[in-house]
Amino acid sequence: MLEEKIHDKKPLYSKTAARAESSRCLFCHDAPCITHCPTEINIPQFIRQIANDDIKGAAVTILASNKLGYSCARVCPTEVLCVGACVYNHSDNAPIQIGRLQRFAVEVAEERFGFLALLPNKRPPSGKKVALIGSGPVSWSAAAELALLGHGVTIFEKKAVPGGLNSLGIAPYKLQKKDAIKEIEWLSELGIELRLNNEISANSVGSLVKEYDALFLGVGLGEDKLLNIDDLSGPGVYGATALIEQIKNDAHFDLSAVKIAHVIGGGNTAIDIAHELKLLGVEHVTMLYHRAEKDMSGYAHEIDAARKSGVVFREHEQLKELVRDQNENMHITVFDSSEQKSYKTQTDLVALAIGQQKIIDLAEALGVNLDSMGRVIIDEQTGRTSNLRVWSGGDCCSGGKEVVNAVQEGKIAALSIHEYLVSQKNDAEVASA
Amino acid sequence: MPDLSSDFCGIKSPNPFWLASAPPTNTGGQIMRAFEQGWGGAVWKTLGKPIRNVSSRFGSVDFQGRRMMGLNNIELITDRPLDVNLREISETKKRFPKHAVIVSLMVESKEEWRDIIARSQDAGADGLELNFGCPHGMCERGMGSAVGQEPEVLKEITSWAVEYAKVPVIVKLTPNIGDILEPGRAAVAGGAHALSCINTIKSIVSVDLNTFTPNPGVGDASTNGGYCGPAVKPIALHMVSQLAKNGAIRVPISGIGGVSSWRDAAEFLALGASNVQVCTAVMHYGFRIIEDLCAGLDNYLRDMNMTGLSDLIGKALPQYVEWGDLDLNHRVVAKINADKCIGCKLCYVACLDGSHQCIYMPGMTKEEAQKAGHENIPEEINEHKTSVLANRVPWVDEHECVGCNLCQLVCPVEDCIEMVTQRIVPERWSWHDQVALDCQR
Repeated sequence: MLEEKIHDKKPLYSKTAARAESSRCLFCHDAPCITHCPTEINIPQFIRQIANDDIKGAAVTILASNKLGYSCARVCPTEVLCVGACVYNHSDNAPIQIGRLQRFAVEVAEERFGFLALLPNKRPPSGKKVALIGSGPVSWSAAAELALLGHGVTIFEKKAVPGGLNSLGIAPYKLQKKDAIKEIEWLSELGIELRLNNEISANSVGSLVKEYDALFLGVGLGEDKLLNIDDLSGPGVYGATALIEQIKNDAHFDLSAVKIAHVIGGGNTAIDIAHELKLLGVEHVTMLYHRAEKDMSGYAHEIDAARKSGVVFREHEQLKELVRDQNENMHITVFDSSEQKSYKTQTDLVALAIGQQKIIDLAEALGVNLDSMGRVIIDEQTGRTSNLRVWSGGDCCSGGKEVVNAVQEGKIAALSIHEYLVSQKNDAEVASA
Repeated sequence: MPDLSSDFCGIKSPNPFWLASAPPTNTGGQIMRAFEQGWGGAVWKTLGKPIRNVSSRFGSVDFQGRRMMGLNNIELITDRPLDVNLREISETKKRFPKHAVIVSLMVESKEEWRDIIARSQDAGADGLELNFGCPHGMCERGMGSAVGQEPEVLKEITSWAVEYAKVPVIVKLTPNIGDILEPGRAAVAGGAHALSCINTIKSIVSVDLNTFTPNPGVGDASTNGGYCGPAVKPIALHMVSQLAKNGAIRVPISGIGGVSSWRDAAEFLALGASNVQVCTAVMHYGFRIIEDLCAGLDNYLRDMNMTGLSDLIGKALPQYVEWGDLDLNHRVVAKINADKCIGCKLCYVACLDGSHQCIYMPGMTKEEAQKAGHENIPEEINEHKTSVLANRVPWVDEHECVGCNLCQLVCPVEDCIEMVTQRIVPERWSWHDQVALDCQR
């Protein structure tokens, strides 16, 4: 895969490096890093365990709060979460590299002890079954919790590759597909059934409702939104997440003919693809953003990293037109709103990163209410939807957040589903008695 | 410009930094390289009857990612032929006449002492150091710390050495005793011209938890060794100053034990040592550390307007008093500088669980404080409200603060917590004063 040409930005620590970094941790009382982790991992404790040479204990601490502790360690924007909250930020010392330590703990402990040894024992089978639609991080988080609680768990994935955005949408210098799949294989050891190439449509969801005791919707956001411009299709024009997916998943995909690329958008997905294209050798990568750079929703540290790799940022610029000449060369017209004038330029690739469409048919078929933006409405304390046998979480509810938020939402939903299933079982026992 | 040159019981050296008798002084080649790099003197690795060493030999205590906070060894005295050592001593002395070459010795019988002292002096030794301290291996043969732990034997052997020696005799003391003054007095009674201390502390450095063999392992077993390095400095400082303070001991003391920096050396000198000996820091970083040892000490003396070592030696001794003489009316309280605080709350939890429960978090209600474990909660708790970073900046109940320093010690930020003097009454009053008053009554 093309992505494998890109190196890890933060490689696995050596034991020596992990010990040195973990030893710097102050072991704060009531530590702010914990409260800034959406899954509330007991960070000072696992770091102390690394420092004291208890790698297994460290991994157990991490996974107790976050079953996807491995991928989160690699993909979390720690700069704005735990690391951003490290008290060292108020001093002259660099903050602790929590993500790298977390990766070290889980990766090394899994290698040495196996994944299941890092989790509590599974509870005895409850006889209840849960179906999860979509195989992104939110579903794996929920599925792992439910499997540990003794419930039968099946994940339905429409694609041939499991993992959702974790496998197919993460910048390769953070997490590559093979490693995301590796984590899924670990989680599968819990006895989670995965059915690939198995799209649940509005028509087929009815049979799931009958067969399973509870349903979880973790379908994410769906396809990239496209600009409403004539001729904005055909070769060389991609939705950003689709392009990232091809780089990760299409063994024949090749960018060697691309010299000039334009990325439209200002969010993290736009920055990711621009950065990736640059790392893959595209000579000129330009990001066009219709407002000021300071308004970009992408993280400042990601913008910095992309700029350092050579990505050119152009603010107040909008794509207005795309035409192809007789040689199939693309020419785009860009409107500069600060100068109030347009210019034309040639390009080999256009990536549109202006958001993803929401999937609404399925939700409607289940009688699950959506908000005005097309997002699934859930009770935040439980993850439960307006259909009391259906729970949901992740990007289809939030409209697009981090993997670690999805993990937490999956965890919350799993606990609520468990409570429901236990109460069902009790009711049934009362009825039969 | 301060003068670093040293005169230790008549032995002159360009500076007060000697290499201690140990692996760095095993050969003439090593010592000559050390002198080239600036070391003032060296105590040759102990000469004695031939021995055989084991493999491996050293074990280390690492602390929070730093190597060798403490070092332990089970190596014995020199394992090289005596004539080779003597030839190299004489060669070293010829090439470096202004540097101090002390020869450490350890033998058994009176005749052996006479013989080895004569041969060491013939080779050019500026002084002799009697090794009564080695706490492993040699003591099982009735030498080393076996002598150092028996004041009568120590005194007798010292007197033999003094009788045969034409150069100063330094007795190196073991810390593996109850009271350092006992062997110290015995050495002086035996006629020693100087003392050096401490030798290594009897230790087991760690255990391999897979094989259940202590470290350093020699095949499938190990033995207790001698502990040194930065970790032992406080023990050495105490013993050196005990000897220096004692009126009956009027000989110079060579301070040994964890000296790694000029500051350590200055502390030994201030507590009464006349020079220092260094080993572990050289084993860790090499002879080159002498440059910053000399530069640092020179800068310090200059900053303190001191002209030479004698201005510094013993400077802290008058302030080292018995507990009973301490002023009970002196009181300090902790003040936290909110501008410097980074909000780690280590002082808070240390005071709560490890001391006197007088540090609070802002915004805490009286009930919350009670639940957390506070007992004497001041009324002013209501005045400390929460703000942004300030909600992680603790405050001190000065009335309850006993001035223990713990918060300051755990604080990772320099100068963030200050201990401010708040005398109880102007007059001094000690426990001894109290006892005297009680007697009068």
